[in-house]
Amino acid sequence: MKKSNDKLRILLKRSLIIFSANIFLFFVLVGRLYYLQIYQKEKYALLADSNRFSTRLLVPPRGSINDRNGVELATNIQNFQALLIAEQVRGDINKLLEEITPILKLTPEDIEQIKKDIKRHRRFVPVKIKDNLSWDEVSTLMLNNHRWPGLVIDQGLIRYYPFKQYTAHPLGYVGSVSEKDLQQSDAPLLQVPGFKIGKSGFEKTYDESLRGKEGSLKYEVNAYGRIMREIEKIEGTKGEDLNLTIDIRLQKAAFDAFGDEAGAAVVLDVHTGEILASVSTPSFDPNLFVDGISQKNWDALLYDEKTPLTNKAISGQYSPGSTFKVVVALAALEAGVIDEKTDYFCSGKMKLGNHLFHCWKHYGHGHQTLVNALKNSCDIYFYETALELGIEKIAAMSRKLGLGTTYDLGLENQKKGVIPDKAWKRQQFKTGWQKGETVIAGIGQGYVLVTPTQLVTMLARVVNGGYEITPTFIKRPNNEAPKSLHLNPHDISLVKQGMYEVVNGKGGTATRAKLKIKGIEMGGKTGTTQVRRISLKERAEGIKKDEDLPWKYRNHAWFMAYAPHDNPKYAVAVIVEHGRSGAGVAAPIASKILEEAIKLDIR
Amino acid sequence: MAIILNQNQELSLKERFFNLNFVYILILCLLAMIGCLTLYSAAGGKITPWALNQGIRFGMGLCVMITAAMIKPEFYYKIATPFYLFTLFLLLVVDVAGHTGMGAQRWINLGFFKLQPSELMKLAIVLQLARYFSNTPLEEIRTIRGIIVPIIIVAVPVAFIMIQPDLGTSLMVLFCATALFYLAGIQWWKFGLALGGVAAAAPILWHFLHDYQKNRILTFLDPERDPQGAGYHIIQAKIALGSGGAWGKGFLSGTQSHLNFLPEKHTDFIFTMFSEEFGMIGGIVILFLNLILISYGYWFAFRIHPSNYFGKMVILGLNTNYFLYVFINVAMVIGLLPVVGIPLPLISYGGTVIISVMASFGIMQSFYVNRDRELKK
Repeated sequence: MKKSNDKLRILLKRSLIIFSANIFLFFVLVGRLYYLQIYQKEKYALLADSNRFSTRLLVPPRGSINDRNGVELATNIQNFQALLIAEQVRGDINKLLEEITPILKLTPEDIEQIKKDIKRHRRFVPVKIKDNLSWDEVSTLMLNNHRWPGLVIDQGLIRYYPFKQYTAHPLGYVGSVSEKDLQQSDAPLLQVPGFKIGKSGFEKTYDESLRGKEGSLKYEVNAYGRIMREIEKIEGTKGEDLNLTIDIRLQKAAFDAFGDEAGAAVVLDVHTGEILASVSTPSFDPNLFVDGISQKNWDALLYDEKTPLTNKAISGQYSPGSTFKVVVALAALEAGVIDEKTDYFCSGKMKLGNHLFHCWKHYGHGHQTLVNALKNSCDIYFYETALELGIEKIAAMSRKLGLGTTYDLGLENQKKGVIPDKAWKRQQFKTGWQKGETVIAGIGQGYVLVTPTQLVTMLARVVNGGYEITPTFIKRPNNEAPKSLHLNPHDISLVKQGMYEVVNGKGGTATRAKLKIKGIEMGGKTGTTQVRRISLKERAEGIKKDEDLPWKYRNHAWFMAYAPHDNPKYAVAVIVEHGRSGAGVAAPIASKILEEAIKLDIR
Repeated sequence: MAIILNQNQELSLKERFFNLNFVYILILCLLAMIGCLTLYSAAGGKITPWALNQGIRFGMGLCVMITAAMIKPEFYYKIATPFYLFTLFLLLVVDVAGHTGMGAQRWINLGFFKLQPSELMKLAIVLQLARYFSNTPLEEIRTIRGIIVPIIIVAVPVAFIMIQPDLGTSLMVLFCATALFYLAGIQWWKFGLALGGVAAAAPILWHFLHDYQKNRILTFLDPERDPQGAGYHIIQAKIALGSGGAWGKGFLSGTQSHLNFLPEKHTDFIFTMFSEEFGMIGGIVILFLNLILISYGYWFAFRIHPSNYFGKMVILGLNTNYFLYVFINVAMVIGLLPVVGIPLPLISYGGTVIISVMASFGIMQSFYVNRDRELKK
């Protein structure tokens, strides 16, 4: 009996020990709960939220680019997409795809891709079936919507350039974000799939202000990534519109005036410097670039000898040729080297040392005063004048009139041109300046290079009475009056008289280019620049006719003009690459453009 | 109570019924109610598919418990050995079925009910050990020869369960048996020796573990080891629990559970789900109710007639078994133990466990109902 009591006593004693252990272990659990739920609560609350919330950026509509009258040159249009949400499809997905194939004209490869996408994604993720649906496709799908649950039409915005090739050059285009873009900017929008960024032109320069401010959508997801509900939606703000000084009507007219010719034209308001048109031909359709251009299209643009991708208005550098005579004349008048009565005799050639310089007119112009020399574009007169004047004064006047520099146009690849002087030659070639180089500079050949935009700026500064306007694409709100260049008004009117005679004088070089508008006259100056040197041998054998040469060896043709003559408002510079004759090819284009400008009466 | 004067007089059914401990039953009902509410929330505010089923099963469990409590304790003493052998046979059947190409199986399908022999074995082993120890004098228990038989009683079924493989249940059976060995008066030093033996054999045992079992232990030691894979459960469980804070996110508002970040929220991880929605306070309520339940168990063991050594041992064994359920489940979901797949009885969704623990509560009550009389062997 005693022994069984021992056994019972041990049992009870030891059960108390186990009971105590149980209680202790319960408190361990409570302690752990305290540690996790009170002490570490913040940490886990954050983790729970990061599990639960997801944020998606909302792409704001891109600002539009407008012309001076508010016509949209770059805008956003609706883009319809057909999407398929697999889990909402009732019945067989393959059958659905079969049914919509004829409507959307899907190829077997498309179907293959769609099926692959469906397999790859979770069943609630929308899979793209087709992009850029036409209205027909959208309406057919909409009408039969009830037949295909799970098939949804999504609309987004896509950049569109309604004037296509007319505005391609200054505007540029948008394209997909590249690795390089990502390295340069950490803007979160760039990470959004499908986001487009400005790749060239104004689209690139003003990208950040056009882009706008992103919105965001905070939503709750479950463990499989399915969106459960929206938490918070912050709308983005549309990008700022960009208002240009271009008048699209004039821009179109200028572009069309070129026909098939390659070249560029720039029209300025001579008083403000506002660029009313800036075209470069041939051009391209920037809409091709928005969704990524095909290799075939790209190669066609890249290898075209007429260089459609280059904006010749700012990147094309050409010898100004005879148009430069205006600069030389003004410099000479200012320096007192010549006056209106100064007279040089043109025999068709001039000898300097043992080198012979020719006038374009083989038998010479005879006695020439400044106005006549401009009207006839006599080379000998300007050879003599340049020799008297010296290169430094020519260079100084060139710079004063806006050549040899770039402007704040907001465009990349602007070329500076070349205004040579002694220092430049030494730096460039480590040799001294030759007198003969001054001679040919006098007729805008040799080292002198200008872009069409620079040339029109020069002309505008002359004809507006000597005010330092600078070309611009953006309307300046508080228009400061441009500084005076302190040119002698008499000198200006003399040069203008010369340019007036070019078009209106008897026997002027561009009389055919007269405006067809009654009562309004224009002035201008032709220019023809050699693309290749004419050798002595060729000259001896008789110069080949330019049109017999292959296109790329033909001369470039310039014409710069302003109107109306008595109270100038518009100035235009036209270059036709390998156009052979300034008077024959470039001048008609320029006069067409000025006619259009006057008709439009741009304010 | 004054009803019972003669210690050997058997009680009528009515007397037995009113001798039940109703506070104990009330607590069981409270816990089951918490379970149903949590399952209702886990289903996103619906009584299907879990809450209603669970309620019905608990109702069935109550019937099983009261029936078991009305049975005379002598019956349990008598059937201890045959029941043990029969369960062992069932385990063998399941093992053999599992190894002859029918896939790993832990249960026998009875059509309306999936019987898990390992669950029955928890009961059987307690009854069989209690019977052995109650019939063996202390002197013999304290000899080496005296513990060979009980070791065999435990080792064979544990081995059978281990090869199913069901590490969690075999460990639970082993812990429960160890508690009974200890209660029977086996010397301290023998436990020390066994523990040393296990520690020495651990590297070899590690070798025999399945890859997924090894993974669970490694993951427990370092959940960040594989945050998307094996560590995912425990990391998400901790996030659910921790983000619940002191007062919880509110009923039906546990984000981790409702957005499915929390795995197994209606079964093994239900404690985490409840604690996410009701916070630390909610968790403590569940733990406290269980502590009361377990304390009652010890009280039953004290209270029954001193001569009923068998009864005391059965009560303590089954009580310990229940404690192990609760402790291991909660400890594993709050990151104190490896995830071994032990449910929280009465709260986790699952029929077998409810029936099995309710049956064991019934057996405990059966001894308690007849607390003032001797056990007639």
